[in-house]
Amino acid sequence: MRNISINIENVTVAYHGKVALHSASIKLEEGVICGLVGMNGAGKSTLFKAIMGFVKPVRGNVSIQGLPIRQVQKRNLVAYVPQSEEVDWNFPVNVYDVVMMGRYGYMNVLRIPRSIDKNIVQESLERVGLWDMRFKQIGELSGGQKKRAFFARALAQQGTVLLLDEPFAGVDIKTEKLMIDMLMELRQAGYTILISTHDLASITTFCDQVVLINRTILAYGNTSEVFTEENLSRTFGGSVGDFSGAKTNSRHPY
Amino acid sequence: MDFIQWFIQGFIYWFITPMQHEFMVKAILVSALVGLVCSALSCYMTLKGWALMGDAVSHAVLPGVVIAYVMNIPLAIGAFVFGVGSVIAIGFIKAKTRIKEDTVIGLVFTGFFALGLVLVSKIRSTIDLTHILFGNVLGISDSDIIQTIIISVITLVTLAILRKDLILFCFDSTHARSIGLNTTFLYYTLLSLLSLTAVAGLQTVGIILVVAMLVTPGATAYLLSDRFDHMTLIAMALGVFSSVMGTYISYHIDGSTGGCIVVLQTILFVLAMIFAPKHGIIAQSKNTEINY
Repeated sequence: MRNISINIENVTVAYHGKVALHSASIKLEEGVICGLVGMNGAGKSTLFKAIMGFVKPVRGNVSIQGLPIRQVQKRNLVAYVPQSEEVDWNFPVNVYDVVMMGRYGYMNVLRIPRSIDKNIVQESLERVGLWDMRFKQIGELSGGQKKRAFFARALAQQGTVLLLDEPFAGVDIKTEKLMIDMLMELRQAGYTILISTHDLASITTFCDQVVLINRTILAYGNTSEVFTEENLSRTFGGSVGDFSGAKTNSRHPY
Repeated sequence: MDFIQWFIQGFIYWFITPMQHEFMVKAILVSALVGLVCSALSCYMTLKGWALMGDAVSHAVLPGVVIAYVMNIPLAIGAFVFGVGSVIAIGFIKAKTRIKEDTVIGLVFTGFFALGLVLVSKIRSTIDLTHILFGNVLGISDSDIIQTIIISVITLVTLAILRKDLILFCFDSTHARSIGLNTTFLYYTLLSLLSLTAVAGLQTVGIILVVAMLVTPGATAYLLSDRFDHMTLIAMALGVFSSVMGTYISYHIDGSTGGCIVVLQTILFVLAMIFAPKHGIIAQSKNTEINY
């Protein structure tokens, strides 16, 4: 019986009097890769914000590893990998700097890296294959390398929860394979990984579980049980499209 | 030989002779210090996208400065209260209405600034208004110098200690928050430093132009470097140089000190924009040719 990692109990979140998410309840265990599927505006980023502690639910409770959000932040348990569009690629920092930022939560006030920080940063960079590129300004990287850099930052943070926002958008096959391999490794190591994505084919290939969201949790559980055409219609409000990836073939050979 | 003699004579006339006046020595030192501090902060301002905010805060401090002057308390305190207060007002209006951010900023700071003008017009000493609006480093008083030094020390020490967190805050405040950094604290710290350096800057270039000190050196350095530390050093060097040279030039041509400093900063920016080795216009067009 694995421990519960993310526990969202009957959570309701509202902004300016408008309810973005209501009565959401999810229990995700350690060692799980879970997809998060829903339309834009359906509450995916609200859910992420609730897990990261950026919004306080008006009702309900969020805890990670049984700890309240404030504790979770102090212990750097949740690592967030942003969408490429949200990053200022012209910012004057290099890859090494960005990965080291994953360690700030452990360092002293002046953020002077200790040997352990330097070792972990090196390990993370080598794991994503960016050690040789570590002194490049981040804008100089290719699309796939940019993703890997932020992935390395999440690894360096050594949390237990990984939140990924559209990680496969615009990514080359080599990087995609590398990322999927790494996610599988992290799952083995007990990470809980939540991936917000529109890439429905990827859900069936390597997500053990899936959460379907539309202002509330429509369904969640094992992909094989939950990822059905019917549930997807409810998630996308009738604009079904081709969900053949839901139950039939997919392009990933896993 | 003639040329060297001419050059040395010119150098002495330009840079050494004015220093026989005590006011000039003070002016050079103060403008160098203010240039240094404002430029250091300008790196954060430009990367955070706070240029408009810097403009707003530096204007919004006027009523605070006037009230502080009337109450005979340090101008920095009045500036601080109104500087931070204006941003809180901006935040409040933005949260409560559907008006876009740039509009809210525009209406709040002009409102504050106008209030300041009204207050000043009711106080008899008009000399001080000109000094506040346009700077008066050539006539700076000793108490102002002390205030400037205190502000500079506070700013530089704060930036030195919080450097890494502030950089992360500017680059990725989401990540900063998720690892437990208090982004609200960082936000108000940066804002407070902005208000304080606005007061320091108004000595040399006045309230109207102080935003230039808080933006242009950073923008220029941004074109010249890909590493934040280098960018800060370059910005500070540019800030000191333009402030000192600007002061000298204004002395010799008997023109506006603030104007001279900012024109010089702008010229340096234009030079960087054209000639910067990697991010300049010429360099970029060369790169395009090669990669084609």
